[in-house]
Amino acid sequence: MSPSATRRPARLTRQTRRNLGLGLAFISPWLLGFLAFYLYPALASLYYSFTDFKILSSPHWIGLENYQHMVGDRMFWKALGNTLYITVIGVPLSVTCALGIALLLNTKRIVGIGFFRTIFYLPVVVPPVAAALLWIWLLNPQYGLVNQALSAFGLPHPAWFYDPNWAKAGIILISVWGVGDVVIIYLGALQGVPQQQYEAAEVDGAGRWARLRHVTIPMISPAILFNLITGAIGAFQYFTQAYVISEGTVGRGSGAVGGQSGALLFYGIELYNEAFRYFNIGYASALAWVLLVVILITTAIMLRVSRKRVYYEEGR
Amino acid sequence: MSGRRSALARLAWLWRLDPYRLAVYVALIGLALLFVAPFVWMLSTSLKTGPHSIAVPPEWFPDPMVWRNYPDALAKINFWVSLRNTLFYAIPSVVGSVISCSVVAYGFARIQWPGRDIVFILLLATMMLPGQVTFIPLFVIYAKLGWVGTFLPLIVPTFLGNPFFIFLLRQFFLGIPRELSDAARIDGAGELRILRTIIVPLSTPALITVGLFTFIDKWTDFFGPRVYLSDPDQYPLSIAIQTFQAAHKTDWPLSMAASTVITLPLVVIYFFAQRKFIQGITLTGIKG
Repeated sequence: MSPSATRRPARLTRQTRRNLGLGLAFISPWLLGFLAFYLYPALASLYYSFTDFKILSSPHWIGLENYQHMVGDRMFWKALGNTLYITVIGVPLSVTCALGIALLLNTKRIVGIGFFRTIFYLPVVVPPVAAALLWIWLLNPQYGLVNQALSAFGLPHPAWFYDPNWAKAGIILISVWGVGDVVIIYLGALQGVPQQQYEAAEVDGAGRWARLRHVTIPMISPAILFNLITGAIGAFQYFTQAYVISEGTVGRGSGAVGGQSGALLFYGIELYNEAFRYFNIGYASALAWVLLVVILITTAIMLRVSRKRVYYEEGR
Repeated sequence: MSGRRSALARLAWLWRLDPYRLAVYVALIGLALLFVAPFVWMLSTSLKTGPHSIAVPPEWFPDPMVWRNYPDALAKINFWVSLRNTLFYAIPSVVGSVISCSVVAYGFARIQWPGRDIVFILLLATMMLPGQVTFIPLFVIYAKLGWVGTFLPLIVPTFLGNPFFIFLLRQFFLGIPRELSDAARIDGAGELRILRTIIVPLSTPALITVGLFTFIDKWTDFFGPRVYLSDPDQYPLSIAIQTFQAAHKTDWPLSMAASTVITLPLVVIYFFAQRKFIQGITLTGIKG
């Protein structure tokens, strides 16, 4: 062995060590943020969830009591039910609408895709507070544009946010209007479907519908799954619009109540109440952890159900 | 003249030939009208008198046009103070986010160190953690630090990086040829200098995207200021507008004028920087 050969690994190690130090130095802002804003808070909220903790006093261990209390907490079940309603009905609905729009935009030799894409994305840039105020007005039972249009066609015109049975439908309508970002994701996926696949299907005599069912949908199924999962996660964290709409229709202070008869009491609102109105830090933390578990279970179910149906390109 | 007519004729011929595509156009135009109608209605209402705003059947064109609604709405939401408050945390956040995210992204993209890819996966994983799980203990920390009731909880976190923006910048930095930094290293430049003099100038579009997205996040944020600010003198635009509407539920013209005021800057930004929005969204899709 020559001297240089024995020295080489040592030099590499020194270089590696230098790089390790440099790399860690560069990512240190995020490392600090990770410790301060993710790791510590996540562990702390897990700990708080087993305590009775009213911000001013110090936490005091009560074991599973918070979780036991939840079982009999009417507000918790209401909030969970409302949130699941939006997740099970609203999310698939808006994801399907987005797919429909994206498919229209992806039609061969259509002029003005850019123009239409701009229009469909526009609602996404509206601040949530402004969108909420706008839809409070559009869905006003008496003078709102939507109900005026519905009555003009002789259709039933519900009281939307003033009617507990229709309030969530109003929320879903807003989310369908703001579905432009999902459309963009689908368009990206659609443009990635190889043209030969369509040509091959056409040679085999597949019509438009068959091509959609057997080529397009399978090829973009990862994007569909992605949109369903992110949509569900978003629904579980829904807060601002429900709060603004409740206060803007039913009355001041009702943001916390969740609108008419609690129809808009979503999980995010319930958490906000417990944490920042009643300062039940312990109980609110337990709610947060249950939310995390529900999100994980929902995601796991979606992944499992879709395992056989989602197509992943080989070697990706 | 004849050129235009032949183009028209060709178009008509194409349409007649292909009823399918005609149907697609009809559907797209119909949907586009449905998506745009709320905007038109917002703008139209914002210029109406109270009685005209609730006319049955609805009037699309405001007559008379009440431009006064805008100064009135601005006064009601204490516009200049609210705007100052919004900018007071939005601008430092943009600075903090652009600086911290580019430094961190450099560490993930341009320096080769053991364990880097595992740590990067950890960074991606934090994007999945719902905010609810962390914000309660954060509130407790801020309360202990005496930061509740100040703008600090809204600003400080942006100086410690944001996983999505770090991811976005890392992808961009990876695309810059290695040789450029190697040449600078031979000339004795340190990593920070390479970042500043080579990477940053070549990444302006990505950095603008990060700054823009941070600004929009802060401009539209409702939850953060709702939780951390309690003094009305500190209220940003989002809170001021919501508070005004909740207090004057049936003043539709002013409510719509206020909504237009908070929406318009974002629509203008969107029209100028449309490609950045699209790229940002497409990147979210790739991530999944």
